[in-house]
Parts: sequence; C-alpha cells; structure tokens
Amino acid sequence: MLTEHGRAQLQTQMKAHSPRLYEELQVLRSDGEVTGPIDDIPPERMREMYRWMVLMRGFDKKCVTWQRQGRIGTYAPFEGQEAAQVGSALALSNSDWMFPTYRDHAAAMVHGQTMANVLLYWMGRMEGCVSPPGVRVLPPCVPIATHLLHAVGLAFAMTLRGERAVAIAYFGDGATSEGDFHEALNFAGVFRLPVIFLCQNNGYAISVPFSRQSASRTIAQRAVAYDIPGVRVDGNDVFAVHRAVTQARERAVAGLGPTLIEAVTFRYGAHTTADDPTRYRDQRRLSEEWRTQRDPIARLRLYLERRDLWSAREEEAWQAEAAALVEEAMQEAMAAGAADPLAMFQHVYADEPWHLAKQRREMLESRGGASA
Amino acid sequence: MSRALHLVQAVREALDLKLADDERVVLLGEDIGVNGSVFRATDGLIAKYGEHRVIDTPLAESGIIGTAIGLALGGLIPVVEIQFLAFIFPGLEQLFSHAARMRHRTRGQFGVPMVIRAPYGAGIRGPELHSESVEALFAHTPGLKVVVPGDPHDAKGLLISAIEDPDPVVFLEPTRIYRAFREAVPEGLYRVPIGKAKVVREGEDLSVITWGAMVRTALRAAQRMEQERGWRCEVVDLRTLHPVDRDAILASVQKTGRALVVHEAHRTAGLGAEIVSLINEEALLYLQAPIRRIAGYDVPVPMFAVEDDYLPTEERICRGIEETMQF
Ligand SMILES: Cc1ncc(C[n+]2csc(CCOP(=O)(O)OP(=O)(O)O)c2C)c(N)n1
Repeated sequence: MLTEHGRAQLQTQMKAHSPRLYEELQVLRSDGEVTGPIDDIPPERMREMYRWMVLMRGFDKKCVTWQRQGRIGTYAPFEGQEAAQVGSALALSNSDWMFPTYRDHAAAMVHGQTMANVLLYWMGRMEGCVSPPGVRVLPPCVPIATHLLHAVGLAFAMTLRGERAVAIAYFGDGATSEGDFHEALNFAGVFRLPVIFLCQNNGYAISVPFSRQSASRTIAQRAVAYDIPGVRVDGNDVFAVHRAVTQARERAVAGLGPTLIEAVTFRYGAHTTADDPTRYRDQRRLSEEWRTQRDPIARLRLYLERRDLWSAREEEAWQAEAAALVEEAMQEAMAAGAADPLAMFQHVYADEPWHLAKQRREMLESRGGASA
Repeated sequence: MSRALHLVQAVREALDLKLADDERVVLLGEDIGVNGSVFRATDGLIAKYGEHRVIDTPLAESGIIGTAIGLALGGLIPVVEIQFLAFIFPGLEQLFSHAARMRHRTRGQFGVPMVIRAPYGAGIRGPELHSESVEALFAHTPGLKVVVPGDPHDAKGLLISAIEDPDPVVFLEPTRIYRAFREAVPEGLYRVPIGKAKVVREGEDLSVITWGAMVRTALRAAQRMEQERGWRCEVVDLRTLHPVDRDAILASVQKTGRALVVHEAHRTAGLGAEIVSLINEEALLYLQAPIRRIAGYDVPVPMFAVEDDYLPTEERICRGIEETMQF
C-alpha cells in the first residue's frame, strides 16, 4: 500500500500521463460514504451485491472449517476479495464467458456455477469442473495465467461469429509476470477483442509481494504498452469494480477492444489451507488493518443502512438463510455419493480407444467386478 | 555421524552444504525465500545466505529457467526450484531448446551446469495438476540428466552430485515420501553417483525395477510375495532415469530371468517401455517370461478423491509378480 505522501506524489507526477493507471478509483469509501457516480446501480442491485457478498463470505469461511475437519481437501480462500469478484460478475450478462482461477469461485457462483459443484471440486472430484447447462463458466484454472489466452480465443470466436458478448479472465498479481499474460494482452489489442482482463491485485503471490513481481508501480499501467485502456480501482469497493467492468463491457461490445482492470484488494487468510502466511508477512496486523479499515462488506452495509436499504432484521434473516444455503450445498455435494474410480477412464477422448478399454477392464476386474 | 532425516530435510541439507561449500551456487524459485518453499525444502536458507544467493523470483517459469541458463553461462551454478512439476511447462522451451543443447551446439565451448528441482508425483491429496509424473519428457530430451531419489540418504548424495555435475540435471523429488519416513543421513558432504542404480532388496526369482515413491510400494509387494509364495524378488531402485544404469539392470535380470517394471507415470510411452526394450535387446535369452509393466493408467492424473486408484498399488504389483512367475 502506498503512503498518503507517496500517493500524492504519484498523482502529481502521473497526472499528465493517465491518472487512472496509477490512482485507485473509488466510489464507496470505507466509511460508507459515496464519493463518485453511482447512478448506474439501482438500489435493488445494491442489495443484491450485498446479499451475494455475505453469502460468499459465509461459504468461504465454512470451507476453511470443512477443510480442517477433513470434509474437503486443500482449499483456496478468497475472504477479503468479495467485492472484486461479486462486483465484476454482477456487471456481466449471461451471454458472457467467464474464465476463473482456483480463487474465483465467488465470481463463478455469481455467474451461475453451483455451490455444490464448487464443493465437489475441492473434494477432489473432477465433476466439480462441470457447469450447469447454459452457464458460461469454464473450470477453475490452476496453471497461472494460461487461461487469459483462452478468453482471448473465445472473444475472437465471438467476434468472428458476430456474437455481441465478452470474455472475462480473472487472475492475480503474480499472474502478470507470466509470458501468457503479455501474449494475451497483445493478441487482444491487435485483434481488438472483447476481453476483460480482471486482475485482483491482492498484494501477494503466495509469499511474494508485488514489489518482487514487478518493477512497475501498478498493473494497470501495463495497458499502456499495448495501447489498450487500463484502470486501477479500489477492489474492495463493489461500486467502483462494478462500474469499471460495466464500462469495459460497453466498450468491448461496441467493438472498441479489451480493457485491463486492476482491482486492488487483499486476501485476509492464507494462500490456501496448506499455507502459513505468518511466515512471510505480519499477518495479524495486515489482516486486522484490512478487515477494520477497508472491508468490502462492512462499507456497503453502512451505506445501505444509512439509506434504509438494509436493516438489522434483514441482516439477521439473510445471515441465517445464507448459512442454510451453504449447508444445503454440502448436502447436495455429499449426495453425489462416493467417487467412482472407473470414471477416470471416461471422457479422456470422445471415443474410448482400445488401450483405455483394456485398462478400465483391468481395474474393474481387480475390484472384483464383472468384465464390461 | 548421521541422524535420522526426512527426505525433504535431506534435500535442504544438500542445498545448505553446497551453498556453504561453493559460492557460485545460487537458488532461484517461487516462494523459496522467507517462505522457505512450499514444502520447506529451503527453510531458513535465505536467513543464512542472503537474498543474493536464495532468490525469490517473479512468477514465471520460462523467466526462471531462461535466466538460470544465463547465470550458468556467467559462471554461476543455479539450482532452480519449480514449485510443482506440472508448472514447469512454461519453461520447457528454455530447458529443451537451450539448456539441453548448449554444450552440443557450441561443440563443448559452453556448458549449462544447473539443477532443476521439482516436487512431483501423486499421493498427497494435492489439488488438480499437483500430482503429475512426467519424467519421461526429460529422459526423452538429449542433453538432460534425470535423477529421482528413493530415500533420504540418496536424496542428499544425489543432489550434491547433481549440483556438481557439468550438465543440466532434472532432479525430481517424490512428494509422497518427502516426510513418509526418516532414515540415517550422514552429516557433511557426500556424493551418490549419477547413473548408478541401487539394489534395495536382493533376490533370485524376479527383478522389480522401479524408482521414486514406488520403491517403498515395490518393497512391500516383494516382502508379501516372499511370505505368501516363497518367491524372492530383487528390487532395483534406478535412482537415475537418464542415462540409466544399464549394467545394473542387466546384471539383475541375468540373475533372476524375470522382470517387472513399476512406475507411477502413465504406461504408454513411459520409461518402462524403454527399460523393457533395453532388456530385450541385451538380455533376451536370459528371460523366462515376458516383462510386464505396472504403471499409472493412461488417463489425466485424477483429482485426489480417486488418486489412490490411479497409483500402482502393492496389490497390482503382486498380481504382476504372480503373472510373471507363473507364465
Ligand atoms: C504456472 C504456475 N506456476 C506456479 C504455480 C503455483 N502457484 C499456485 S498459486 C501461485 C501464486 C499465484 O499468485 P497470484 O497470481 O497473485 O494469485 P493469487 O493466488 O494471489 O490469487 C503459485 C506460484 C501455478 N499454479 N502455476
């Protein structure tokens, strides 16, 4: 994080250039006051944003508990990043394609992936990669930055076929160091493709701080090199994120090409449940600071309550309902029954070749089943 | 003096000793600094040697391996950590097209002494793409050496040899046995030679040829077959996958007349095929039965819910032994 002084210096230095590449655009301050335009977001949409963020946080916390209890495997929590994920996903249309990472299940669920499938994935089951019919969400991407190019290709296909929708790729600050990040921005720029590159800069790639990822001050400024729009927003400000994605989407469907959005945020917890953040950062102080001073959910609640768009009674009811939805999702995931080892032979190809048929029969026989 | 260490501790100790022993040695990788690498293989080394010797890099495998080539050309000895083997793919162009070929292209003028370490293999309930065994890719690339330790003692001695080797060495660390057992590991520098296999169990009836985490599984199967059937299986831990220890393989097979190759990598075009060919070419007349392979299935390594069903089990190895013995 920049100090006030550092920020002011940068602002004067960079104004002539393009301030949005260096300043964090903010609409909703941490104290719940609004400092920018919000006319594009109707009150019902604001309440929807809030409900989603609360539900997602409840889900995320529960997953960390379930991992400790051994009910799911290693899990990547996103607590702290709800505004970046919910705000961006709610700005999309159903016809848009989403390419998430292993940390973007909130965005994926807002876009239509089911909670039960997300749980199945973290229970170590490939079925969790499936999305419900008509839901345009690809499986979580594990190799860093590789899926940005898939979003580029999908946007290319839509352009060639005359479809008016966008592809959005989610990724972290660490991803911007991979070659694929640059190739994706370059392709999208050259072919003016309707892609939104949504980077959640949570300051760390596992233990490595952004200052070690790059000598550039911001991620948004990388857009200059490809001559595409770049925007840096307060990623814990759901209105600012929503606005940036809405505008990027408008440009994209108007044929004006891609946008790089840097949403500045922080993961409150560990990189995954296998990680110990106290090894590489002052975890207690940092997470406390972000929780108390920049929390995305608290500030929206303040805003909504002040305008009578939300009440303590509604809060209580929604917390209870959200907890029930998360429990139901777990019941649904468990109803899938024990994983079938023979399923590993399915869908390797469209048609099963002889050698897989043979290996599948061998497994079946060794499990005491009849030869199929 | 020796103490009981886990395999990952033995790896760390080899790095520690070589950093102390040779100032040209530098470590590069993601999260190897203050975090001490995700498996703690570099724990405490940055505090001891500083951030110019233990270098946390940006998240870019092509960047890491390409830069390591330059460091090696510049007189240093880079030891790279790739966080999990499947994440090496962005760096393969650098490894295959440059590191592996530099000596050959420059007719010996420039070598690239470097080590690429990577945790690999299934069996630790890791997330997707954290469990692959793609050692065959490296063995298939002329100019690379490929080493896989099967126990803590060898891990330390082989890694020291790899760091001292004039050529690029891919050093694969089986995560399943990182902390599965401790073993006496001598203090100080010692070397286990690259290119030499180890007979970890002697026998006269059949040779089980294997490496990495499968060595333990094969040993259990061999014990069981002796108890249940009275067959004495020899178990050979290859330790170096390329170039393989031809003499050790042939000596064992000439003695036993039967062989079984066990690896957790996919069966098709896996190294098992190469070893079977070698035996066929050089020791066919000693064989009393066809050589079988017990391997991972030819499917993407499944996620952890069924990863144990993917891996060769003691059960599957025993069945392979029975089929070979009763041919
Ligand atoms: C190509 C590749 N290299 C390394 C890894 C191991 N790894 C998983 S997540 C991660 C850090 C990613 O950081 P960032 O892109 O900032 O996203 P975040 O996890 O913070 O959301 C690393 C190094 C990987 N998954 N893929």
